[in-house]
Amino acid sequence: MDATQRRTYWRRNLRLLAILLTIWALVSFGAGILFVEPLNEIVVAGFPVGFWFAQQGSIIVFVILIAVYVTRMDKLDAEFGIDEYEEEVHHS
Amino acid sequence: MSDIQLWTLVFVILTFGTYIVVAYRSRVSTTSGFYVAGGGIPAPANGAAIAADWMSAASFISMAGIIAFAGNGYGGSVYLMGWTGGYVLLALLLAPYLRKFGKYTIPDFVGDRYNETARMVAVVAAIVVSFVYVAGQMAGVGLVFTRFLQVDSTTGVILGMAIVFFYAVLGGMKGITWTQVTQYSVLIVAYLIPAVAVSAKVTGMPVPMVGFGQILQELDALQTELGIPEYTAAFGSTNMLNMVLITAALMFGTAGLPHVIVRFYTAKSVRAARYSALWALFFIALLYTTAPSVAAFSKLQIIKDVNGTALSDMPSWFNTWSEVGLITQANGSPISDLGANATVAYNDILINNDIIVLASPEIGGLPAPIVGLVAAGALAAALSTASGLLLVISSAVANDVYFKKINPQATEARQLMVGRIAMGGAILVAGYLGINPPGFVAQVVALAFGLAAASFFPILVLGIFWKNCTAMGATAGMIAGLGTTMAYMLWTIDIYGNGEGFFGILETGFGTIGMLINFAVTIIVSQFTPKPSPVMQELVEEIRYPGRSRLVALHAEGALDVEGDLDAGGTGGKH
Repeated sequence: MDATQRRTYWRRNLRLLAILLTIWALVSFGAGILFVEPLNEIVVAGFPVGFWFAQQGSIIVFVILIAVYVTRMDKLDAEFGIDEYEEEVHHS
Repeated sequence: MSDIQLWTLVFVILTFGTYIVVAYRSRVSTTSGFYVAGGGIPAPANGAAIAADWMSAASFISMAGIIAFAGNGYGGSVYLMGWTGGYVLLALLLAPYLRKFGKYTIPDFVGDRYNETARMVAVVAAIVVSFVYVAGQMAGVGLVFTRFLQVDSTTGVILGMAIVFFYAVLGGMKGITWTQVTQYSVLIVAYLIPAVAVSAKVTGMPVPMVGFGQILQELDALQTELGIPEYTAAFGSTNMLNMVLITAALMFGTAGLPHVIVRFYTAKSVRAARYSALWALFFIALLYTTAPSVAAFSKLQIIKDVNGTALSDMPSWFNTWSEVGLITQANGSPISDLGANATVAYNDILINNDIIVLASPEIGGLPAPIVGLVAAGALAAALSTASGLLLVISSAVANDVYFKKINPQATEARQLMVGRIAMGGAILVAGYLGINPPGFVAQVVALAFGLAAASFFPILVLGIFWKNCTAMGATAGMIAGLGTTMAYMLWTIDIYGNGEGFFGILETGFGTIGMLINFAVTIIVSQFTPKPSPVMQELVEEIRYPGRSRLVALHAEGALDVEGDLDAGGTGGKH
């Protein structure tokens, strides 16, 4: 990668992080805590929705967020021709 | 010997035997095998190991009980969101970059990225946090042995120490990792089976995460009747500000705990580190989405069984646990002080958080083999976390203190020997702490997350994402964050100062404020102190891109002079 490619790679990585972390904050601090009271007015399958986000939904979304991250990063790496993974060094 | 004891014994012998076989087959003879399993663990296995490492006796034994009894029900959500949300931060902000950096320990990263003072602060913080934690694990081992096998707690702890000693000293990180994979399998099966059985029995829906929705309304109504805020009511036990602060402290603390971060060094590559984080959270989520259902089912059953029942008519689990003093009257005096014909009201008794999971098969009326399996699962959870923590302690001593400070010429065989001796020593101290737990351990474990959030998280993230973050900035930030957080905790916590605090912020949530202070101080001081060397800036740049790169390789071999300028360090290579 030359300097321009590196800058593009990094900027796209940061944009992905910004989107995923916004969702991360919205489901946990948003739906689970700040807006829990209005959301609790809605009940689905026995669960008040705010309570469900706090105890189930946010955890499920977290797993999905990391899944999206790893697949998007795989694509990004491929696009920039990074494939030397197995050779990464490890030493004191 | 009762059926329950017999089955517990069977499962304990079976699982311990498996751990020994697995450990013997993965013994090691190199330092890189001992510290990071040679960096050659496939992602799903590494994920399972991280999950077992992470889910301690507290997650397995206590968490469901805390959700059910410590607050109204909703209040326990801070643990569910906090202890899983941290993995998103780890996966996106730390794991891939730290793996690319390619070192053995957290102090290693801190020392190389910043300076030697910062390395020493990190060594001390890593050792303190780990010992606080490990004492709780050993005490958990003792609890399980006492309850299920009727041996005394000391014998239980010594048995646990012996087994950890065998596989940790012999196999280091490699032995620990493969044993943890086995332990994860044991603990998740042990957690899910009773939850599925109870959910199917009560609601006819065998998926507990869905099933417990059907009892929430009934539970809400029962709690209102008893004068407790509804189970699902928002802010029934903790206000909004503290919910936010505690959740954040647990999340950022999770992303700053040394024994979790070090696991990403064991991954094969940057890509494998990312996938390890995904597998880890998936495996953790299986237990964490089940825990709230165990909490709800147990609480409903307990209120129904106990409230308004005469003491002589109590179910047998009630009697077994009140005999060992884990169910008492609300004022702490033993249940037996009440006359046999006394009628018990739910609000008059106190149920220890730790018994919910251990008693849940009995409460749900499940057969003896399942009770034994749950006991073996609890032991697996405690032992796997203990061994991961012990490895952090031994590698901090052997790598960061002995090799980096005392004897940099040490041969590999000698380093390995020091590592094994440090491990042995750490196990003895942990055992001692488990047999004689200091009274404040439970309090301090909850606070450890706040301390980790206030000290490690900001300087790790800034060290990766901000090339101009300076050594002095990071050291000042760590000291400011850690200092204010500790001061606030000492001031407000019950056993010490018992102060009021600011704005009613609980001590467990203050780590978030400490973290913000750390960020601010690090950024401000970095503006006015000498910038990192050009080579260091280039190195930080390189860890952002996966794949082999020359500077990182030179650095890993110890051949890079980070103080030098760019030409001497040599970045002429192709990127």
